Amino acid sequence: MPALLTDYTLQTVLLGAVLIGVISGVLGSFAVLRRQSLLGDTLSHAALPGVCIGFMVAGARDLGSIMGGALVTAVAAALMTVAITRHTRLKMDAGLAATLSLGFALGVVLLTWIQSRGGAAQAGLDSFLFGQAAATTRADLYPMLGLVGISLLGVVVLWKPLKLMTFDPTFAAVAGLPVHRLEALLTAMIALAVVTGLQMVGVVLMTAMVIAPGAAARQWCGSLLGMVVLSAVLGAVAGAVGGLASALAPGLSTGPLIVLTATLIALISLLVAPHRGLIPQWYRQRRRRQSTSTDRILGTLYELAREHDDWRYRVEQGAVDAYHGMVTEPQLVALAERGLVTPVDHLPDEGPHWQLTEAGVDHAAAREARQRGRRRSRS
Amino acid sequence: MSLLAEPLVAILLTGMLVGTSAALLGSFLVLRGNSMLADAISHSILFGIAVAWLLSGQTSGPVQIAGAALSGVLAVFLIETLTRTRRLRDDAATGLVFPALFSAGVVLINVTARDVHLDEHTVLLGEVGFVWLDTVTVAGVELPRAMLATGVMLLLDAAFVLAFYKALKLATFDPDLARALGLAPGIIFYAHLALVSGTAVAAFDAVGVVLFITFVVVPPATAYLLTRRLLPMIVLAMLIAALSAPLGYALAIALNVSIGGSMALANGPFLLLAYGWRRWRQQRHSARAMATQSGSPSA
Repeated sequence: MPALLTDYTLQTVLLGAVLIGVISGVLGSFAVLRRQSLLGDTLSHAALPGVCIGFMVAGARDLGSIMGGALVTAVAAALMTVAITRHTRLKMDAGLAATLSLGFALGVVLLTWIQSRGGAAQAGLDSFLFGQAAATTRADLYPMLGLVGISLLGVVVLWKPLKLMTFDPTFAAVAGLPVHRLEALLTAMIALAVVTGLQMVGVVLMTAMVIAPGAAARQWCGSLLGMVVLSAVLGAVAGAVGGLASALAPGLSTGPLIVLTATLIALISLLVAPHRGLIPQWYRQRRRRQSTSTDRILGTLYELAREHDDWRYRVEQGAVDAYHGMVTEPQLVALAERGLVTPVDHLPDEGPHWQLTEAGVDHAAAREARQRGRRRSRS
Repeated sequence: MSLLAEPLVAILLTGMLVGTSAALLGSFLVLRGNSMLADAISHSILFGIAVAWLLSGQTSGPVQIAGAALSGVLAVFLIETLTRTRRLRDDAATGLVFPALFSAGVVLINVTARDVHLDEHTVLLGEVGFVWLDTVTVAGVELPRAMLATGVMLLLDAAFVLAFYKALKLATFDPDLARALGLAPGIIFYAHLALVSGTAVAAFDAVGVVLFITFVVVPPATAYLLTRRLLPMIVLAMLIAALSAPLGYALAIALNVSIGGSMALANGPFLLLAYGWRRWRQQRHSARAMATQSGSPSA
């Protein structure tokens, strides 16, 4: 492994993938919170014609001009989406899907046009569809680093207005923030993130890099700052793992591997994150259900005993079942295991009977007192 | 060689069949505000295509199409399940599910099907220009396999829409009322999306999965800008899609570019024209409103 890490190509891939993960993680957090996840999809598909135009303008596979072209067409597509949805009865989804697909169609036409005119240099353009980590050179890292720097700086400078706009756009507008201009700026920054990833992840899958780290981080964090930082870290991890895997297994496209890693991280977060995770939630619910129902059944036995003025009153299990409308045997057994009730002898023609123990009476009385106290404090 | 297997006829007819069936089903998606599901489905079927190919060694044939279409339905189901956990909004759930399925499909193809005719570029971009090379003979008539598949899907789609027109309409415009009337909008929804997936699979080697979305969304969106009534909208959408195929073909021949790509792109001018017309009417309308306001201030 140390030998691997000093490998020149591998270092480049690793650095590039980490950069992509960081920038898409940071900006993706805003997209996810603002319910604009699919904007990234439109931006990345619509970047394809820009890739081709950048190539045609530069006349070679120059990453700087390709990224510039991609940025222009991605932002143009976003503006078109906004124009369509603001001025017609078409909704956001139709606007996004229309510009996404038309942008991509234009990209395919331009791509095949470049290819039909020949020349060996255009061969590399195909890699922008699915991403090819191995095609990344050390020189490619500089434009990427520049884009990451610009957008991180933008987020730091605009932190407060962006935060306000994310959580309360109405208030942000009332407070006098230029909401439309901020939205446009944020969209442009998401486009920067998308463009950064074009070379390694590809236009088709860059959308996932905008969404998955943010969605994963949201499960762990309740604050915007925490979420943005964690999202950047998770994005970097996904980029590094996927990038390494594809560098070590030639023939596998980089984009899909990075995306699968990021999706896996998001799924794990959804399942195990402490507060919002589905497994902890399921466990908490189960425990609560168990404890309340056993306590309530103990309460039933206690009330029956008090009604009969006999703390050793024998309660028939069938009566408890009927009262609670469920089979209470597991709960009664659980109570017996805790030493709060005990099974008693019964005649063969009767069902099983249960009796409170001394500890059971104390426990039920304490619970009742607690509940009464709560009721009093509420009234 | 039969007429249907002539390259020009095969290419144009297949493109028009793909376009009209996509526009027919897409009209309901656009009206329901679910256009991005078309995006999700058409990306996700790559996974199904890869699995069907792994299991049977073929990408065409009814079983393969149905099997691959299942992965589109699976994507919708996963998106709904993720959304229902309330941990993710529907947009994030969509954006999480379909790239994952698409990636899984690409990796499967990378690992198992290298150097075979099935590769991720074909699935993504398709090549309608080659449909006439792969023919089958049905009832003594030789016709391209892709044309047969898309033709059958168009018939199925049309039969579904005709049979459940009322229910579809109600489920689109008022799902609550549809539910109250016992029309099971959920089942209609899934059946509709299953057909979208099936049509996408049948179309993928003609126009590719991403270009399929263009035909699902753009013609209905264009038609919706021109009319508010459902039936004229569907007819108009299918007409636009059918026109885009020959227009795109002409463009592709003139520039020597991807035929599928330019057929999809040919939908664009229709949308732009409809948008321009809308804006022009709006502006004329507001100008007239202003004129009447300033002309009769006392009224």
